[in-house]
Amino acid sequence: MSVDLHRLTLADARKGLAAKEFKAVELAEASIAQMECHRALNAFITETPERALDMAKAADERIAKGEAGPLEGIPIAVKDLFCTKGIRTTAASNILGNFVPPYESTVTKQLWAAGAVCLGKTSLDQFGMGSANLNSAFGPVKSPWTRPGDAKPLVPGGSSGGSAVAVAARMCLAATGTDTGGSIRQPAAYTGITGIKPTYGRCSRFGIIAYASSLDQAGAFARNVRDSALLLQAMAGHDPNDSTSADLPVPDFEAGIGKSLKGLKIGIPKEYRVEGLSPEIDRLWQQGADWLRAQGAEVKEVSLPHSRYALATYYIIAPAEVSSNLARYDGMRYGLRVEGRNLAETYEKSRGAGFGEEAKRRIMIGTYVLSAGYYDAYYVKAQKVRRILVDDFRKVFEEVDAVLAPTTPTPAFRIGEEPDDPVAMYLNDVFTVTANLTGLPGMSVPAGLSSDGLPLGLQVMGKPWDEPTVLQIGAALEEAAQFNTLPYGIEARA
Amino acid sequence: MAIDKATVAKIAHLARLEVPEEKQEHLAKELSGILGWVEQLGEVDTDRVEPLRSVMSITQDWRPDRVTEGDRRDDVLANAPARQDGYFVVPKVVE
Repeated sequence: MSVDLHRLTLADARKGLAAKEFKAVELAEASIAQMECHRALNAFITETPERALDMAKAADERIAKGEAGPLEGIPIAVKDLFCTKGIRTTAASNILGNFVPPYESTVTKQLWAAGAVCLGKTSLDQFGMGSANLNSAFGPVKSPWTRPGDAKPLVPGGSSGGSAVAVAARMCLAATGTDTGGSIRQPAAYTGITGIKPTYGRCSRFGIIAYASSLDQAGAFARNVRDSALLLQAMAGHDPNDSTSADLPVPDFEAGIGKSLKGLKIGIPKEYRVEGLSPEIDRLWQQGADWLRAQGAEVKEVSLPHSRYALATYYIIAPAEVSSNLARYDGMRYGLRVEGRNLAETYEKSRGAGFGEEAKRRIMIGTYVLSAGYYDAYYVKAQKVRRILVDDFRKVFEEVDAVLAPTTPTPAFRIGEEPDDPVAMYLNDVFTVTANLTGLPGMSVPAGLSSDGLPLGLQVMGKPWDEPTVLQIGAALEEAAQFNTLPYGIEARA
Repeated sequence: MAIDKATVAKIAHLARLEVPEEKQEHLAKELSGILGWVEQLGEVDTDRVEPLRSVMSITQDWRPDRVTEGDRRDDVLANAPARQDGYFVVPKVVE
């Protein structure tokens, strides 16, 4: 029995645990075995198998006493950007390479209170900056997918690449991520799983290492839409420790799953048909629209006229916030210190050695756009365009309930074949950054395979605070797509 | 806006980042590429647009100003690169 436990969905594992068909300890053991078996994928920075078994044992006791929480005994992985008390939390950087938080992030605190079991901390692009998980101080993460007949490893996407791989390779039932410009949705699309970024303010950012605070939001990875709803349910809610977390009731995220789409209007933004969009993704997008229509939705073309400016807006605002947020790493109170001849040199050496290349690039861009003489031309300009982007969506949501788009312009590429030019790399985020700039909920659902056999995702974006409709439409796509291919690279052990 | 090597050195210093001289030229090219690309925003008419600082429209709450967690000195110092007698040890700042 225990051999197959790691393949269970979260919802089924919950049922099995409640019916006492197996124990949480057995489920944790199955996940730990998977985690060890797939170490070559480099998904985890820190594995916590002992803690997982202790937590599972406690979960079994609570189940026996009839005190099970909503995620009791469910093994999950946590992106190494969430502070976990007593467990090293690195942001995949050298500067926090030995950082052991003395406190717990609100999101993980809620997950443990719900009964979830911690398998470990997953790798990422350093501080969340990247789209391929190549920017980790702990080495690149490999996708469990390879092209059929080709052993060369592919990128899993980023920045939450480790969490995506842990879910796709069946090492855990679900995982947390954070999404600042697509860091949940893009790796979910590349690895054939489901990922949701809720509305900005839905989850507390307290204890999540900050990248770009006006854009960062926590979210969930799972192998299907319902499971992502279940994980997100336990993550969401108001937190007095985060003044940007919304003091609003959290709806039932499962409520719409399986419901007919009759009466829903879904927009197809014509400006998303960008140059460089792979023809097969364009076809899949049409197919997605047909699927939704067949399930009763009214699908119509809509216009988001300033979409093409979202990416450039993002690459001013995000680096500006990076330069400010990462100023705290000075080698004095925590983190790496490299001694210099004086204080200024100690700062420069500590930060020079502690940050990776992409983090440094973004700190420098941010410093430049915030510096005297350039502030209005770059930063304020970007904030103005950001308002125009928000207005575009507000108008579209007077006509439709949600928007359907591709998640990425192409499928995953091989490690080593990434573009040298940072701008070309940034184009990976072209369809995802808008939801962050506008704060809207977005989710990616695996919808098909490319001609070379790799997963492709479709993205649903909804109105503020309307995750239930996003999940309802996501579930409808999932139902129609019937995506159930396992990653070829690890088929036998997935 | 093209950025030259001297500007890279200046930004690096403002950001307190050590960037070895041999890397400055390449970085100048990369940063110029990124800044040149974001300048496309100049095409957007923003004359009568207020900058957007936060997407949250919810008003923020007041809370009483009182200590919620205290007496955590050892926790606060636990990750310090250098500490002594309950204090952070930092490089000499005043000569």
